[in-house]
Amino acid sequence: MRQLLILSGKGGTGKTTIASAFIKLVKAKAFADCDVDAPNLHLIMNQLGEPKRSDYYGLPKAAIDENSCIGCGSCFENCRFEAIVAKGGKYEVDHFACEGCSVCEALCQVKAISMVPAIAGELMLYKDAESIFSTAQLKMGSGTSGMLVTSVKNQIKDAAYPDTELAIIDGSPGIGCPVIASMSGVDMVLIVAEPSVSGISDMERIVKTARQFGVKMAVCVNKYDTNLANTKKIEEYCRKEKLLFAGVVPFDTTAGKAINAGLSVIDVKCPAQEAVLELFDATMKLFRAI
Amino acid sequence: MKIAVLSGKGGTGKTLVSVNLAVTAVDAAYVDCDVEEPNGHLFLKPQELETTQVMVPVPEVNETLCNGCRVCVDFCKFNALAFIKNKPVLFPEVCHSCGGCVKLCPQKAMTEKAKEVGYAEKGLSGSIRFYGGTMKTGETSGVPILRELFQMTKEEEELSIFDCPPGSACMVMESIKDADYCILVAEPTIFGSHNLSLVHELVKVFKKPFGVVLNKCTEVENPSETFCLEHDITILGKIPFDYKLGALNSEGLIVAEELPEYRDLFTRLLGRIKDEVTLCGNC
Repeated sequence: MRQLLILSGKGGTGKTTIASAFIKLVKAKAFADCDVDAPNLHLIMNQLGEPKRSDYYGLPKAAIDENSCIGCGSCFENCRFEAIVAKGGKYEVDHFACEGCSVCEALCQVKAISMVPAIAGELMLYKDAESIFSTAQLKMGSGTSGMLVTSVKNQIKDAAYPDTELAIIDGSPGIGCPVIASMSGVDMVLIVAEPSVSGISDMERIVKTARQFGVKMAVCVNKYDTNLANTKKIEEYCRKEKLLFAGVVPFDTTAGKAINAGLSVIDVKCPAQEAVLELFDATMKLFRAI
Repeated sequence: MKIAVLSGKGGTGKTLVSVNLAVTAVDAAYVDCDVEEPNGHLFLKPQELETTQVMVPVPEVNETLCNGCRVCVDFCKFNALAFIKNKPVLFPEVCHSCGGCVKLCPQKAMTEKAKEVGYAEKGLSGSIRFYGGTMKTGETSGVPILRELFQMTKEEEELSIFDCPPGSACMVMESIKDADYCILVAEPTIFGSHNLSLVHELVKVFKKPFGVVLNKCTEVENPSETFCLEHDITILGKIPFDYKLGALNSEGLIVAEELPEYRDLFTRLLGRIKDEVTLCGNC
C-alpha cells in the first residue's frame, strides 16, 4: 500500500478540500485524517456509517497519594514540566502539564506517587465493503498529538483491505510532532500552498522539514488567482528548489458551499472542480513516476 | 491584560485579528505563539530585533563510565534511548528533556548538554512591542520557545495579544494558560464551526472567559454563527468577506492601517473586548 499525504504548513489553505476530492476521484480504499486536534475530513466523508470507536491512552500521568506524601518536595524539585503544585505542605499534580515522564514516581522516597492510565483521545475506524477511513479526536486538554497520529496511521495499516494500492492521508498544519509523525512511511507529500506572504513563508518551512526527513514532495497552489504575483513566486521557488509542481486551483466560492452541504468540491460543477480534476491527474502522474 | 487569539482550524484569521488589534491599540505587545509557522513578523516587520537562542538539555553518555545496565533505556517513557551494541544511544528529536536518565543512572555515566531548538526574539514595530519565536525545522516541540517568550513578556503591563497556533494541542494549551481572555476566530464553513466547537471545549476546560469573532462573513448562512447562537456564546464582532482585505493581507499589509473602514471595525472590536474583559474581571 502506497501513501500520499497532504500537508500545507499554513492552516486553512485547503488540505481537506483537496484530500476529500482525491479520495473520491481515486476511489481510495483507505484514507485517514491525521489532524487529530482539529479533524474535519469526517464531516464530508461520512458515507461509511458508524465508526468503531476505541479509547486512546497516552502516557500514564502521575498521581500523588496524599496520605503517603510526606511533603519532602522531591517531586516538585525534579519535575521539568512545572506539573507538581505545592498545596498545604503537600503536593498535587497538574494533569494538563504532566507529560508522563515518571521521574517523580522513580524518585519519591515514600512511594507516594503512582502512574495512572489516562485517556488522551478517541480513535475511530469507519469501514464498509470497499474502504476504510481512520481518524481520531484528541481529548481537549490532553496535549500530546504525535503518538495519536501514529495510532491513526497504524489503524490504516492494520485494517486496510489486502488489495489496497493507495492510501490518501489528510495532514495537520504546522511542522511539529503531529506533522513529523504523519510523514513516517509516506511515498509522497502534496503541499497545498496559498499565494500570500504567510502562505509562502509557511510552505518554505514545511518543504525544509519534509526534506530533512527525506520525503518526496510536489507542490500545488490553491486560490492561486487571489494573488497572481505570489503564485508566480511559488512557481519560481519550486523551479529553483527542483520541486515537482502539480498545478493550481482558483478561488471559488462554490467550493465552500459544497463543503457546507457535506459534499466535496468535485461533486459540484464549478471552475474549482475542473482545476482539481486536472490537479489530480497531474499529481497521480507524478506519484506513479516516483 | 493578556488576550489569546485562537481558532482550532487554521487560516481563519488569527494573525489578521491579532495584528490589527495590536496596531489599533497603539500601546500594546504582540506575541506570535506560532513558532512552527510564525507569520506576525511579515505584517509588523519588527526592527531592532534582539534574539535569544533557546536551548534544551539532552543527555550525553560517558562511554567509559557506562556499564550497559540499561536502566536509562528501560526508564525512558518517550523511547528516546535505544540499546545498541550494549550502550544507550540517544534519539534527540524525541527526547522530552525530563532528566530521568541522568538522575537514575547508577554509574553516574549520564550528563546533560544543551541542544538548540530555535530562538525567541523581541523588537519594535512603531509603538508595538513585538515578540516572536522560530522553531528549528525538524524539531518536534516548540514549547521551550514559548516558555522563553513568556519569560520575555513578563514585564509587559499593558495589553498583550497572544497570536496562537492552530489546533487545540499542547502548543495552544501552553499559549492560553496565562491568558485573561480568549478570542476565538471562526469562519463560516462546517469545518470552521466544528473546530470552533473544539476550542470552545478547550477554553471551558481551562475555565477562560471568551468571545467569538466571525471572519469572512457573507450573506449566506454561517454555521459558526449558528453554533454561537445555539450555545449562547458572545459574538464580539464580524469581519466581512472582502477581496480587498484578502489582497492587502496576502501582501503582508495591515488593513487597519490601509483602510479607514477597517480602522473603525477594529477600534469597535477592541472596545468591545475591553468591555468584556472588564466585565469578566468583576464577576
